[in-house]
Amino acid sequence: MTFLYLFYEFFKIGLFAVGGGPATIPFLYDLAASDYGWFNQKQLADMIAISESTPGPIGVNMATYAGFNAGYKELGMGGGILGGIIATTGLVVPAIIVIVIIAKFLKSFSDNKYVKSAFYGIRPTVAALVLSAVYGIIAQTFYQDGAFAYEVIIIALIVFALMFIKKLKNLHPAFWLVLGAVAGIVLKL
Amino acid sequence: MVKKLLTLFITFAKIGAMTFGGGLTMLPLLTKEVVEKKKWATEEQLLNYYAVGQCTPGIIAVNTATFIGYYQAGLIGGIVATVGMVTPSLIIIIAITAALQQFMDYPVVASALMGIRAVVCALLSHTVITLSRKSLVDIVTAMLFIIGIVLSFVLDVTPILVVVVGAVIGVAVNKVREVRKK
Repeated sequence: MTFLYLFYEFFKIGLFAVGGGPATIPFLYDLAASDYGWFNQKQLADMIAISESTPGPIGVNMATYAGFNAGYKELGMGGGILGGIIATTGLVVPAIIVIVIIAKFLKSFSDNKYVKSAFYGIRPTVAALVLSAVYGIIAQTFYQDGAFAYEVIIIALIVFALMFIKKLKNLHPAFWLVLGAVAGIVLKL
Repeated sequence: MVKKLLTLFITFAKIGAMTFGGGLTMLPLLTKEVVEKKKWATEEQLLNYYAVGQCTPGIIAVNTATFIGYYQAGLIGGIVATVGMVTPSLIIIIAITAALQQFMDYPVVASALMGIRAVVCALLSHTVITLSRKSLVDIVTAMLFIIGIVLSFVLDVTPILVVVVGAVIGVAVNKVREVRKK
């Protein structure tokens, strides 16, 4: 039954997350808060870190990770592998259907004024959705077990500030994540 | 046909395995493999696929793979290219997650993960800034941004409904503008 729900939930994400990887975050955040118990909001931060620092599209990586966790909880390793595959399949099936339909009349689609208008309206709402999910993740990370995690907050603020520097802006996220891991080990967080 | 499908699979598996981050970071390698080597599309076509991939549901990289595969070998081609694209992710992520389940309780791993979470917060904040900059272009989109925050944050509405509200208002506003012009 879990696997059926996994497919259904990730199919929904694949159908409504417009704009690629980051757009899936609000949906995953919603899922973390749901009654399924596949993963919690704390694990979501780990999922994002792993997805950003491994090869492949971030959205696909996150679906695999989430599906693995869900299946693993239920049936151990075999369930994890099956869960990862099912969640990823669920994510890409709507995309395949939509793209194949659009591919038949590509030009008229991207020039269609209703399509353009719809996305003009969708883009800011996606930004708002991502913002509220990110706020939730930050709140979870900064405030743990009833207290502010000051070292974590300071590391986050330093990296956030450094990323505004022009020369550092284009560094790969994996660089910052490794830096964070080292800082975590050194400070014994 | 089988050979074509195999080539599609291998090419996209290679792209999936060699790019970190998805989305636009994939473009240079896609250009090299799909445009220059295989000549499955011109550079302009590839950019078109990308543009459509960005404003249709789903992962941009997957959408692009489906496009190219479909034009090369029909529906089955689209599916095979997409499967190729996601296979490396599946293998790598499952291996890492499985390993992580075993090592999660070691203090060193827990400390490292805590530091990583801090960095994730910083990276995500930058993602939000970039997304907002790109999408908040006028007063209407700014209002929609606020509406989106109220719906998702204060009223805890499902993200699906928020996206639909954005689409409906976008169409309605542009319709009104059009009528006014006339």
